[in-house]
Amino acid sequence: MPDKIAFLPPKKSVLDRRDIIVADLSDLLPKGCLVSEPRGLVPFETDAFIAYRNVPLAVALPETTAQVAAILKYCSRYDIPVVPRGAGTSLSGGAIPQSDAVVIGLSKLSRILDVDYANRTATVQAGVTNLNISEAVSADGYFYAPDPSSQLACTIGGNIGMNSGGAHCLKYGVTTNNLLGVKLVLFDGTIIDLGGKALDAPGLDLLGLVCGSEGQLGIVTEATVRLIAKPEGARPVLFGFQSSEEAGSCVAEIIGTGIIPVAIEFMDKPAIEICEAFAHAGYPMDVEALLIVEVEGSEAEMDAMLASIIAIAGRHGVSTIRESQSANEAALIWKGRKSAFGATGRIADYICMDGTVPLSQLSYVLRKTGEIVARHGLRVANVFHAGDGNMHPLILYNINDPEDAARAEEAGNEILKLCVDAGGCLTGEHGVGIEKRDLMLHQFAQVDLDQQMTVRAAFDPHWIMNPSKVFPLEGRPAA
Amino acid sequence: MSDLHEPVSEDAAARIIHTASIVPAPLVIRGGGTRSLVPNDEQHDVLSSARLSGIVSYNPAEMTMTAKSGTPLADILAVLSEKRQMLSFEPSDLRPVLGTTGTPTIGGVFATNASGPRRFIAGAARDNLLGVRFVNGSGEIVKAGGRVMKNVTGLDLAKVLAGSRGSLAFLTEVTFRLLPVPETSATIVISGLDDAQATAAMATALSMSVEVSGAAHLPETVRGHFIDGALPAQPATVLRLEGLSASVAVRSEKLQAAMAAFGLVSTLDPGMTDRLWGEIRDVRPYADQTERPLWRVSVAPTAGHQLVAALRLETGVDAFYDWQGGLVWLRMEADAEAGLLRHFVKAVGGGHATLIRAPAAMLAATPILQPEPDAVAALSARIKAKFDPKGIFRSGQVG
Repeated sequence: MPDKIAFLPPKKSVLDRRDIIVADLSDLLPKGCLVSEPRGLVPFETDAFIAYRNVPLAVALPETTAQVAAILKYCSRYDIPVVPRGAGTSLSGGAIPQSDAVVIGLSKLSRILDVDYANRTATVQAGVTNLNISEAVSADGYFYAPDPSSQLACTIGGNIGMNSGGAHCLKYGVTTNNLLGVKLVLFDGTIIDLGGKALDAPGLDLLGLVCGSEGQLGIVTEATVRLIAKPEGARPVLFGFQSSEEAGSCVAEIIGTGIIPVAIEFMDKPAIEICEAFAHAGYPMDVEALLIVEVEGSEAEMDAMLASIIAIAGRHGVSTIRESQSANEAALIWKGRKSAFGATGRIADYICMDGTVPLSQLSYVLRKTGEIVARHGLRVANVFHAGDGNMHPLILYNINDPEDAARAEEAGNEILKLCVDAGGCLTGEHGVGIEKRDLMLHQFAQVDLDQQMTVRAAFDPHWIMNPSKVFPLEGRPAA
Repeated sequence: MSDLHEPVSEDAAARIIHTASIVPAPLVIRGGGTRSLVPNDEQHDVLSSARLSGIVSYNPAEMTMTAKSGTPLADILAVLSEKRQMLSFEPSDLRPVLGTTGTPTIGGVFATNASGPRRFIAGAARDNLLGVRFVNGSGEIVKAGGRVMKNVTGLDLAKVLAGSRGSLAFLTEVTFRLLPVPETSATIVISGLDDAQATAAMATALSMSVEVSGAAHLPETVRGHFIDGALPAQPATVLRLEGLSASVAVRSEKLQAAMAAFGLVSTLDPGMTDRLWGEIRDVRPYADQTERPLWRVSVAPTAGHQLVAALRLETGVDAFYDWQGGLVWLRMEADAEAGLLRHFVKAVGGGHATLIRAPAAMLAATPILQPEPDAVAALSARIKAKFDPKGIFRSGQVG
C-alpha cells in the first residue's frame, strides 16, 4: 500500500505568527480581499484532486498586480510559503495548499484588457476563465485554441501554470504554443514582462520555462494569447469499434498517413455508458470503443478528409460511423465528451491519470491498464486525447474506504510507470502537482531533476513558491 | 592557438567540458558554423558537434524523430522527404546572407530557434522541440522533455535551450515533431500595395477562415530578387495556402475574391510557391555579397511598417516583411544605427532587433542582441549560471 503523499512539514515560525501575518496581509490588501476565518478558508483546502486537503494560513485575493507583488515581497521577506491558485480545478493537486501557506487566488483579476484582431491577440488578466476568452471574441469570428474540459471554470493563469491542453490541441497545440507574453511577479515582488505581441522575444526563452512551471517560478497576473480565426465549419464524427485495440490502431494509422484532424478523442465502453447517461449525446451503445474524430474547414475539405479517415477506419473493423447532422448534434457529441469527468464523478469517486505514450504503444498500454486496474479489484473508464497519445484512465473507487483509496493510488502509480516505460511521460497536460511528484525519478535521473531544480532556484532561491509540488521532497538541494 | 574539439560521443563531450570547467577555460560551442557571426578573436577552444551525427530513431507513424545534434540538416530533410514529412517550422539557411560556409546542423537549428514563414501557424523551432539531451557547463549529461507531443512533466528545459545560442549547454541529441508535407500549395499575389496597405491586406487575409500559412510583403526594391524576377511588376504582397487539393482550390478562390479589393491579384503554382517561400525564408534579397548591416527585427505584425516608415525619415534603409509584417528584415545602407532602430522598436510597441550581419568593426562596437530590462537580464544571468556555473560557454551564434 503506498504511503500518503507528504507535504513539507509546516514551519513553526510561520504558524506561531499567524495572527501577525494575517494582520500584516490585511494592511496590504483592500477590504474584502483577505480570507482568514476558518469557515472561509475551507473552499481553498483542496482542488479537483480531492483525496488530499490542508487548510491554508490565509487566502489573499488581490485585485491588482501591485497587490500581488506586495504580498510576495512580504511572504518572501518572512519566508512564508505561497500557493498560487486559479479556479482550483487542478487534477494533480497543484493548488492544494499547505497549512503554513498563504494562497494567492486570481479570482478578482478577471478583466479582459485588450483584444487586437489585426494582430490576433488578446491580453487578459490571469483570473479570466479559458472559455471567457473564446466567448469574448466568438462573435467576431475568433477563438482561443486550448480547450481543457474544465474550460468553463479554469483560469488562463492556471492554464499557464499547467501548460493545459484539451481536445483540440492535436492541431493547434497546447498553452505554450498559444502564449505570447505574460506579466510575471517574481518571489520577491519584482514585476517583469516577458514577450508581448511580437511572435518571439529576445534572449532566453523565459516564457517557455514559465509555462507549465506549476506556480513555482512566479505568479502570472496578465497574459497575452494568440487568437485564431474560426474555421469555416467543423464536423465531429463518431466511429464505433468492437475492441479498444482496433480503435487504437486506427488512430495510429490516421496520424501515420499524414491526416491531422483537429481532434481524435477516445472513449471505452464504461466511459461511453457514463457520458451517454449524462449527456444523451447519441453515442452508439453496442460498441466497445468509440472515437470522436473532428475535421474542420470548408465542406470540400471536410468531405475529402473524412473520406480518407472512413477508408482507414474500414481497415480497422469499424462497426458504426455516425456523422453529426446539425450544429446541435455536434454540440451534444462534445458535451458528452467534455462532461466525462463530471459525469464519472456522479457515479463514483475517481482519480484521473494523464500519462502520454507514443501512438504505437496505445493499444498495448490500454490493455495493460485494464489488467492493472482489474488486479487491484477496481474499475476503469478510459476517455482521452488519442491523437496525441495523452491517456486519461479514470480509476473508480470509494474515497471513504481507505483501502479502496490506497488501491486506486497504487494502480494509478503502476499505470503511470507503464506510460513512462512505453516511451511516454507521467503527465501530458494536468501537471505533476503532488500526485505524480514522487514518481518523477521513474522518468528522470536525479541529475536531470537537479538541473531543473537549480533553474527553479534561479527564480525562487528560497523555495517559497508552491514548494511541496513537482520535485520529490528527498533529493532537494539543502536550503 | 585555439583547439578544435570534435567529440565522437556524448561521454567524450562531457569529459572535455568537465575538464574545461575545472581550469576553467572558455569554450565556443559550434554546430555547422553557418550562423557564426562573432569572430573567435580571443582564440577560445571550439567544441563542435560535427562528429555527433546520425539519426537515432525515426518513426514516421508517430511523426517524431530523434537525431544527434551534429546531424546535417540536409540529411534529415532528405530522409523526411522520402516519407513526405517535414519540419513544419521551415528552418532557414543563412549561409548566402552571412557569407558563411559549412553545413547547417539540426542542433544549430534548435540552438538558434531558426524559424521560417510558417512560424505564425506552425510555431517556431522551440514549439516543435520535444526533448533534448545535453551536457551542462559542469560536464553533466542531462536529459529533458521526451518524445511525445504533450508533456508537462517538470520544467520545460528544452524551451530555454532552444534559442540559447550555445550559451547554456552543449546539445547532444534532439527529439522533434514532424508534420506531413501538404498535398499541394498555392500563392496568392496582390500587386501594387504600399507597406501600410499590405499590412491591412495581410491582417484581413489572416482574419479569414482560409488558413493562410505564409504572409509576406515584398516592396518594389526587393521584389525582383525573388523567383528570378517572375513576380508581377509592383510591390508584391504574397499569401500562401497549403493542404488537400480540393480544399486549397476552394480557399484560394475565397481569398482571391477578398484580396481583389486591395489590388491586382494573381497566383503562383506549387513549384513557384515552394521556391518563393524558400527564398523568403533564406532572406534572398540580402544575399548580396556585401557586409551592409542586416537586422532581424521582431515586432507586432501591424507595427512592422510603422517602424520602417519612422526609420526612413532618419536614415537609408531597405526592408521586407514576413510573418504578416511582424518579422522585418532590415538592411541599413551605411551605419548599423542600433540606437535609432531600438528607439523606434520601442516606440511602435516593443519587440526586439538582432544584428545578424555587419563589418567586423561595426559588429564589435554594436550590441548585437536586444538589451533586456535589468530585472529580466538579471534573471537570465542567474539561469545561465545554473547551467554553466563557471561561465565557460561563449556564445557566438545568431540567426
